[in-house]
Amino acid sequence: MAAGGLIDLTGDRRRLRRERRVRIVFWLAGLSSLAISIAIVLSLLGNSIEFLNNTPLDKLWTFDKWAPRIGKFDIATLFVGSLLVTGVAMLIAAPLGLGAAIYLAEYAKPRVRRVAKPILEVMAGIPSIVIGFFAVAWIGPNIVQNLFANADAFSLAAAGIGVGLLVTPIVASVSEDAMRAVPAALREASYGLGARRITTVTKIVMPAAVSGIVAAMILAASRAIGETMIVALAGGAFGEASYTTKITDVGLTITSAMASLATGTDQVAGGGGSGAGQAFNSLFFLGLLLFGVTMLLNLVGDFFVRRIREKY
Amino acid sequence: MATVDVALTRDITVGRSLRGKRVDVPGVVFQAALLFCLFVCLAFIVLLFGIILDDGLGTFQNRGFVISDFPSELEKALSETWTFLTHPEGLIGWFATLVAFVGLPIAIFFSARGRHWKILIAMVVGFAIVFGIAALVGTSDFLTSDLSRFPERAGVSQAIFGTVFLALMTAVVAFPLGIATAVFLEEYAPATRLIAFVRLNIRNLAGVPSVVYGLLGLAIFVQLLGTDIGDFPVVGGTLVDIFGEGGITGGRTIIAGGFTLAILVLPIVIITSSEALRAVPQSLREGGYGVGATKWEVTKSLVMPNAFAGILTGTILSLSRAIGETAPLILVGAFFGTFFTTGSAGLSEKFTTTYTALPQVVYQWATDAKTEFRLSLTAAAILVLLVITILANVAAVLLRNRYEKRW
Repeated sequence: MAAGGLIDLTGDRRRLRRERRVRIVFWLAGLSSLAISIAIVLSLLGNSIEFLNNTPLDKLWTFDKWAPRIGKFDIATLFVGSLLVTGVAMLIAAPLGLGAAIYLAEYAKPRVRRVAKPILEVMAGIPSIVIGFFAVAWIGPNIVQNLFANADAFSLAAAGIGVGLLVTPIVASVSEDAMRAVPAALREASYGLGARRITTVTKIVMPAAVSGIVAAMILAASRAIGETMIVALAGGAFGEASYTTKITDVGLTITSAMASLATGTDQVAGGGGSGAGQAFNSLFFLGLLLFGVTMLLNLVGDFFVRRIREKY
Repeated sequence: MATVDVALTRDITVGRSLRGKRVDVPGVVFQAALLFCLFVCLAFIVLLFGIILDDGLGTFQNRGFVISDFPSELEKALSETWTFLTHPEGLIGWFATLVAFVGLPIAIFFSARGRHWKILIAMVVGFAIVFGIAALVGTSDFLTSDLSRFPERAGVSQAIFGTVFLALMTAVVAFPLGIATAVFLEEYAPATRLIAFVRLNIRNLAGVPSVVYGLLGLAIFVQLLGTDIGDFPVVGGTLVDIFGEGGITGGRTIIAGGFTLAILVLPIVIITSSEALRAVPQSLREGGYGVGATKWEVTKSLVMPNAFAGILTGTILSLSRAIGETAPLILVGAFFGTFFTTGSAGLSEKFTTTYTALPQVVYQWATDAKTEFRLSLTAAAILVLLVITILANVAAVLLRNRYEKRW
């Protein structure tokens, strides 16, 4: 023991050993997320390669029909289906979400904000299957069939509107965060020059927050492409779908094709063994496609989010 | 002598138009358009709840839960007090619904304003919910019956068991791992390229569609870990087939489903927990080191307690996400159709045979050929699902408003 009653704190072997153990545990936990990514890619790759080996590549892009049961695997049908649904969804979500975000960030009194924001958050927490039911029970008959005379109750448009409602809170919350990150000094300078509020919002705040707003749109689009249950319920096609470019038709997207593969064919629902049949393998190929597309969008969106964070 | 134009200064600070008293037409139109957007968002929520309540409560009424048809039922009840006396649970159900859908928004509102009697409201709401659920279970056989091919006999008891178990398993697997990862990233991780990549990877994982996680679960938890993995050497050197034919998860069982959902919400748990940990000010940590604490001691007794509320909020939100997920469950084989277990089955049987969950049942019924299934029963099942997820969400928002700290 040192003079003056000082105890050597670093010398406690037990504490140091515990420290080392804890550190190892945390490192393992931290790297586990990498393992998940690797597991995703590995579990998708095996069957995808098998699928590509057994299907001629020119048969994958024929603008014909997606019907795994009779061996027709036209990815173009699903791709265009996904594009249509995402397009309709963004047509709904972009103006609604951005409008709500601008109002909440720039116009709303604190009290309105404190009530409206939690409600939007609750909206973001509604399970997608519930919105799918809403799309079938209300959006299809009341909106789509009123807008388009010959539309079916089930259609890609109904699914798209449902997906749009699902991603609206995402657009709203990400772009609101971006606008609130714009320093108040910019606004005050604008007002100081005699600018009106609308001028300040559209010419100062929005350009300053543009990368955040772009990020909001990209992340919402990524979520819309990956949304499964709304399209599976409201898209109206089960098992197979013909190529279409009309949003009033029934159709499949990449995701809803996966859902109906999993429920429709017995290869997935029945056999727990290793992959049997091309339909089963195509499920993994679609998964890989979806993983690639959404990862690309997520990374681009992430780049924009970080840019506004670094700026201010 | 400098003079200050008070009116001009005020106009500048509140951003009022300096062009005199002319009405700012584009500004007003713009603001109205923005307000309209917000209004449409809120209107859709109201509409969605309206439709689901309309269809769903009808089912509960038919199955013995007396609250549907608000006005006429109220009239009848008021004119015949006898109804109230013979069905006290009906009254409780009424009260619970009223409080749940009127009281909860009010409770959120007041908790946001930071009044102390918000606790009182929260307690009343809590009691109402508990009593309401008790009244529901007591009177409606919809919650206690098994799945059935006949709409008038079908219930969601198996689905409720499945959902509760899946949620528990998600919590047990994802929360410790997720929070540990968050602590690692915020407290322990060095500022290297590898760690930056890990962070990017987690943000990307949070955006991966849930069906893809379903495929992961199918490949790993159902196929790889669900088949016989052979003998294991145990103590003493003998080989024993510990897991038997079904492997670790037993194939398409609720265990495989639980693991899949846990992996699915893991990135969300990590991201929200990281944010909570980041909000704890650096000076607190430095104070800890100043009195000679080690890193783990600082983390355990200073950082974690202060980040607790934020972590709790994030975990509750991720749990509600797990409860509402359907797509991955379809892929890892939650059951389609009807089956007869749970009631008399032992616990071990429940974990090794077919299972289902609320969102799965909603999907199954919504695509059924019979109209009764497609509309009223689906809406009723959604109602049960929504009560669970929205309660979780509201709890998270309340907690955040209550414990949000300003450093």
